[in-house]
Amino acid sequence: MFGWEFPPFNSGGLGVACQGLTRGLARQGTEILFVLPKIYGTLEGDYMQILSAEKYDKENKEKKRIRFKIVDSILKPYLTSPAYIRERSRIDQSTHKIQIPDASEDLYGSDLFSEIKRYSIHAKNIALLEDFDIIHCHDWLTFPAGITAKKIAELRGLNTPLITHIHATEFDRTAGHPNQYIYDIEREGMHLADYVITVSEYTKNIIIKHYGIDPEKIYIVHNAIDFEESRISEQFKIKDHHKIVLFLGRMTIQKGPDHFLRIAKRISEIDDSVRFVMVGSGDMSNQIIEESANLGIGDKVLFSDFLNGEDVDRAYRMADVYVMSSISEPFGITPLEAMKNSTPVVISKQSGVSEILKNCLIVDFWDVDLMTTKILSILHNPEFRNHLSEEGLKEVKLLNWDRSANKCVELYKKVLMRC
Amino acid sequence: MVSVCFYFQVHQPYRMKRYSIFDIGKHTNYFDDDKNREILNKVSRKCYLPANDLILDLIHKTDGKFKVSYSLTGVVLDQFEEYNPKVLESFQRLVDTGCVELLEETYYHSLAKLYSEKEFREQVRLHKKKMKDLFGYKPRVFRNTELVYNNRIAYLAEKMGYEGIIAEGADHILGWRSPNFLYKAKMAENMKLLLKNYRLSDDIAFRFSEKGWEGWPLTADKFATWINAVNGNGNIINLFMDYETFGEHQWEDTGIFNFMRHLPDEILKNPDNDFKTPSEVIDSYEPVDEVDMRDIVSWADVERDLSAWLSNSMQTTSISKLYELEDKVKKSRDKNLLADWRKLQTTDHFYYMCTKWFNDGDVHKYFNAYDRPHDSFIAFTNVLTDLKMRLNKAPIYC
Repeated sequence: MFGWEFPPFNSGGLGVACQGLTRGLARQGTEILFVLPKIYGTLEGDYMQILSAEKYDKENKEKKRIRFKIVDSILKPYLTSPAYIRERSRIDQSTHKIQIPDASEDLYGSDLFSEIKRYSIHAKNIALLEDFDIIHCHDWLTFPAGITAKKIAELRGLNTPLITHIHATEFDRTAGHPNQYIYDIEREGMHLADYVITVSEYTKNIIIKHYGIDPEKIYIVHNAIDFEESRISEQFKIKDHHKIVLFLGRMTIQKGPDHFLRIAKRISEIDDSVRFVMVGSGDMSNQIIEESANLGIGDKVLFSDFLNGEDVDRAYRMADVYVMSSISEPFGITPLEAMKNSTPVVISKQSGVSEILKNCLIVDFWDVDLMTTKILSILHNPEFRNHLSEEGLKEVKLLNWDRSANKCVELYKKVLMRC
Repeated sequence: MVSVCFYFQVHQPYRMKRYSIFDIGKHTNYFDDDKNREILNKVSRKCYLPANDLILDLIHKTDGKFKVSYSLTGVVLDQFEEYNPKVLESFQRLVDTGCVELLEETYYHSLAKLYSEKEFREQVRLHKKKMKDLFGYKPRVFRNTELVYNNRIAYLAEKMGYEGIIAEGADHILGWRSPNFLYKAKMAENMKLLLKNYRLSDDIAFRFSEKGWEGWPLTADKFATWINAVNGNGNIINLFMDYETFGEHQWEDTGIFNFMRHLPDEILKNPDNDFKTPSEVIDSYEPVDEVDMRDIVSWADVERDLSAWLSNSMQTTSISKLYELEDKVKKSRDKNLLADWRKLQTTDHFYYMCTKWFNDGDVHKYFNAYDRPHDSFIAFTNVLTDLKMRLNKAPIYC
């Protein structure tokens, strides 16, 4: 399996999804070799980080079945090419441990795209030395690596099937203004793949429409969440004074933070006591913060940078409603995290998760009026709120990764029989 | 005759913590005590203590011919008392020489005048009491925060009993007139107006160590010749600047202390020159004209307006939402609430939120307690949310 981030070193939902899926697969008895770009430190340091990544599950059975392979790289799923260059120089300056030579030394790429290439060269070595039956790649940055691995396997006389797993497309990330280069990599990966997994019907339709993929080879595996009883019992005093509506996600165009602000403005006009908490960072952070002040609700929108671990659960628990305002969300795991914390959710119809959830409210992301009405109906109606909260919690317990892993294994079996 | 009039501004804000959404309702320690103590002690070591020693020395050496004035904000005095009483004592020694004048200002270094004249007057009164308590001193001249000035402010200050007021000698107000004379404020009966000579002031405060500047290196005798050049077409030179110029904005190794050590002698070499404090200026000279300033002028940035604190919506939202609470805060009769509310009025909080990253933006960046203007807005909004929750719980007395 080729991935590019894994908790705790993840910047978004992809790492979480990879963790959930691999855990589920391990429980089904699948042996996984997970190739991961790394971010910090020397190799010894990485073993520590690997270990801490492994520590997520103490069951030995699972531990044995997942092995990690780390490639020196600073790939992150949500980096643009200029952002990658910035990140690289930041790491250069901040850690003396790793020295990244110039691009001229041909070891490390100088920008995001040559980095992808480098990642695929490493994949070649791994593909030469390791044994594997299926190549499973998560999103576009890993596709060249997966394709390389398949070619190497062919050289070794094996017809190893390639599965490309689409967690998000360039169309989702850019709100319909794709980068041609990235689009080309995505398209090539999907066309060369024996099967394509999408995280939703919604994404399946996008790749049929925009990438011309044969519907016959698309297989849907919805994301899920492994339920854990939250240990947080904190009482938030702010709730004695205010109802709280939460946004949690990267501050990028895909997540619709600007739409959230418009909804906040409308709600404020009706109910002045509501407060809006926006958690996350991204290239739109400053713009959104300034916009909240411009809209005259600067005192009603409270911001927080990207949160980690328990603080994410605390944010959900602080909220009376979680709103996912994404303009295009292939799946969208955050509503499940909110429901796990007994927080009712209002979600954009332009999402994969809306295909499987029952105990939630679903609205077109652009319909500010309807969003407002639905959110207020929860805030102003405690019985409805409690109903959504309780039923949502029950529902989310059933949406575990075993279900998704089962489907994935089904596909593996099917593919292996063919090849 | 040319009188050189020095006035130094001494101020340190209570900087806020990065108060997060999870802090709301949990604790009311809005201000970063550790950081404030650390900065106050650092600036005291680099500037206040050595500069005070130098000034005291110069007063003695010149037999009291060298004179200066200070405006000390209430919040910096509070911090001296709490963190470094030695500094306060050294200021007290200076005042005791009789060669040092103290100016009046708003206790919290605020822009209260623009939002609530009631609050403005209360803060001036608080400052007045502080001057009496700590120095046994009654200021005669008023300076508003950041030299924010217009006719109305002069009028208010006169009604509160002050005889003179200080403002920026901004070109767009003065036109052909020179800042090197005493003026009378429009609207007021007899309020004297002292205008900052920003060229000569900024030569010391900003350009002193600028190697690309034609005046570099600036020496005391060179500066004295510039002062002498005013003889015949002016009678006062108002050199107004932040006291932190000495040792903090201009580090010791730039030679700023050495420059100051020799300046009085060099200026006094010309028998036509002397040093006067603002009150002495008022007593010695007659106003040559009346200056009409309807629009607000300040001493900040190239614009000399309010844009350093009030140009973007993060700043205007924060400050207007803060002043909206005045009535409730005062009716709660809760001393801690009132003190917190007032500390939040200090202009620095709004300065940190400034986003004009041009020439002056560099200065803003240097003085910013946060990485981004947006971070300080976030912290401010969170603190304000908590403050309002406290207000909602507080009893209301009428």
